Amino acid sequence: MLEIKNLHARVGNKEILHGIDLKVNKGEVHAIMGPNGSGKSTLAQVLAGRDVYAVTEGEVIYEGQNLLEMSPEDRARAGVFMAFQYPVEIPGVSNTYFLKAALNAIRKQRGEEELDAMDFLALVREKVKLLEMDESLMNRPVNEGFSGGEKKRNEIFQMAVLEPKLAILDETDSGLDIDALRIVANGVNALRSPERAAIVVTHYQRLLNYIVPDFVHVLSDGRIVKSGGKELALELEQKGYAWLEEAVASASR
Amino acid sequence: MAGGSRGECQPVNNFRGCFETMIAVEQNEARYLAIYSEAEKVLAGSGQAWLARIRREAIESFGELGFPTTRNEEWKYTSVVPIAGTVFEPARYELTPQVVEAIKRSPLAHLGCVRLTFVNGHYSGELSDLRQLPGDLKAPNLAAALETGEAKVEEHLARYADYRKHPFVALNTALMQDGASLVIPRGKVLERPICFLYVSRAGSRPAISHPRNLVLVGRESQVSIIEIHLGLEDGTYFTNAVTEVVAEEGAIVEYHKIQQEGPRAFHIGTLAFQQDRSSSISAHTVSLGAALDREDTVAVLAGEGAECHLNGLYVLSGEQHADHHTVIDHAHPHCSSRELYKGVLDGRSRGVFNGKIIVRKGAQKTDSKQTNKNLLLSEDATVDTKPQLEIYADDVKCTHGATIGQIDPEAIFYLRSRGIGKNEARNLLTYAFANDVIGKIRYEPLRTRLGDALFAQLAQGQETEGK
Repeated sequence: MLEIKNLHARVGNKEILHGIDLKVNKGEVHAIMGPNGSGKSTLAQVLAGRDVYAVTEGEVIYEGQNLLEMSPEDRARAGVFMAFQYPVEIPGVSNTYFLKAALNAIRKQRGEEELDAMDFLALVREKVKLLEMDESLMNRPVNEGFSGGEKKRNEIFQMAVLEPKLAILDETDSGLDIDALRIVANGVNALRSPERAAIVVTHYQRLLNYIVPDFVHVLSDGRIVKSGGKELALELEQKGYAWLEEAVASASR
Repeated sequence: MAGGSRGECQPVNNFRGCFETMIAVEQNEARYLAIYSEAEKVLAGSGQAWLARIRREAIESFGELGFPTTRNEEWKYTSVVPIAGTVFEPARYELTPQVVEAIKRSPLAHLGCVRLTFVNGHYSGELSDLRQLPGDLKAPNLAAALETGEAKVEEHLARYADYRKHPFVALNTALMQDGASLVIPRGKVLERPICFLYVSRAGSRPAISHPRNLVLVGRESQVSIIEIHLGLEDGTYFTNAVTEVVAEEGAIVEYHKIQQEGPRAFHIGTLAFQQDRSSSISAHTVSLGAALDREDTVAVLAGEGAECHLNGLYVLSGEQHADHHTVIDHAHPHCSSRELYKGVLDGRSRGVFNGKIIVRKGAQKTDSKQTNKNLLLSEDATVDTKPQLEIYADDVKCTHGATIGQIDPEAIFYLRSRGIGKNEARNLLTYAFANDVIGKIRYEPLRTRLGDALFAQLAQGQETEGK
């Protein structure tokens, strides 16, 4: 589904990703872990199409297409979804209006008809329940005045409505209490299927108790330094990242 | 913030052009005096001595003031040379099939209200719809009221819009011919808004009209008024409009002024609100059209506990220029005012906001808040914003704030990352910004149509930019 080859990216004059290789097949969940500043979020945002990052080398193939040449909206319409680490507040635009516009743009791309108000409402109700959200949030402006937890839940709620093929979660777990974490994980797990894939970017192992990954990759200084199964996450949790960074440093000496 | 003045003559660069402009402006000033002398005997209500006196004072005032220049602090950012240097003929009434058809096609002309229609500044009985007007209410046109000499009109006309200081108010007062004259008696609640629809059609030569409205809202009465100026074609004409609204004790007034003149039109408008004790006025001023628009809104809170909301929106593109000057005069204690003006500026347009708040000595417990926010959609658009607080009382709460910014690229990216196209995202965010003001309009048909007009204007602005 997704193949990242030798990806280099920079912001300004500073290179952050120094050659990432990663292959994600349908049905798989990949966790990307690593210390702060290792480039985890940069990778997620480059995949979503944020233009503050310039790709200087390498390529990303998504379902046979050159992902890096696609606009952010075309990526979304092709089924890529990133849950933001810091969701943006949009005063004056209601959640409902925003989500309806987004869903219909994506449906149009898929050759499906636009949802009418009734069907849309039914879909929203179902997903609101899944995320255990307060329905009144739907009529409020997007993320405005939402608590940190509500914002994260709103991201997963949007994901549940838009049903992407490839979901990228950028530190969705940070700042969530255990109840919210469980709810968010439920939302993600509900979307797991042999046809879909997910990349879960996280600093902590905790989330992976709820969203059990097929693969775990450790990112350090813009490179994937170790890959393994879900047990790698547990190992990192016990030993910390320092252990790994030292091992990498001594290996490269 | 940019200074200087566009269109004003620049002797350094072009001495001769400057000189010629000055001559043209002076000749035109003299022309208006001559037009007055000629028309004095035939102007509406010429038989009324009180009116003749006011008109004479007004034309004398115009003679003394002349057209304002940008050296005048009140007109610092708005050059009226395009108006002062143009020869305008008095606009004539015409009821052609094209006018009827153009009105039919204008969504803003059909709001389901009681409607007084004026074509080129003259009342049109044929195009008006007074069927829903309560039977005991008189809503004739001003020309008729001046002829019959209504006592209420004599008592209030030209008392609030200051023709001694404002040259365009002076010109309007001297030469006014027609407009709406609405007297709402005590204790009357009007369910349906009343619309003053002004449509202008540019003729072969530039024409001028001086619409004049007077609205008297009796004690504890309630009314919603929608004053709309629509341009039917894109030729040059000049609308010089003045409206006076008096809210007696406990009266509640919603006033809307919607300006959608033609793209080469000039519009200068004055709104004067006079508020008695415990009255409430909410005004919504929306500037969408015209090449040059100046709006002066003055609210005098002349009784305890009066409340005033001034909301404004200017949406400009191309070379458009809009200048909103507001004055809220807190003359008595326990009054409150809220002011929210927003601007959306694209192309090489220019916006001006000047908000003056006066709190007079003794106007204790005044509670006043002023906000002006501007969204610049292009590098070449400019805004000058200036709060002006004059406070002579010591126990008051007055706040003000102004912002000038661009669309947040993070917000654009967020919307795009959910599948919403770049242009649509930009329009959606701009609309959301402006809708803050339009959303305050309580009459749903007007709110919806203004929203549509705004969306259309944004889409159009983008098209021309793409070319």
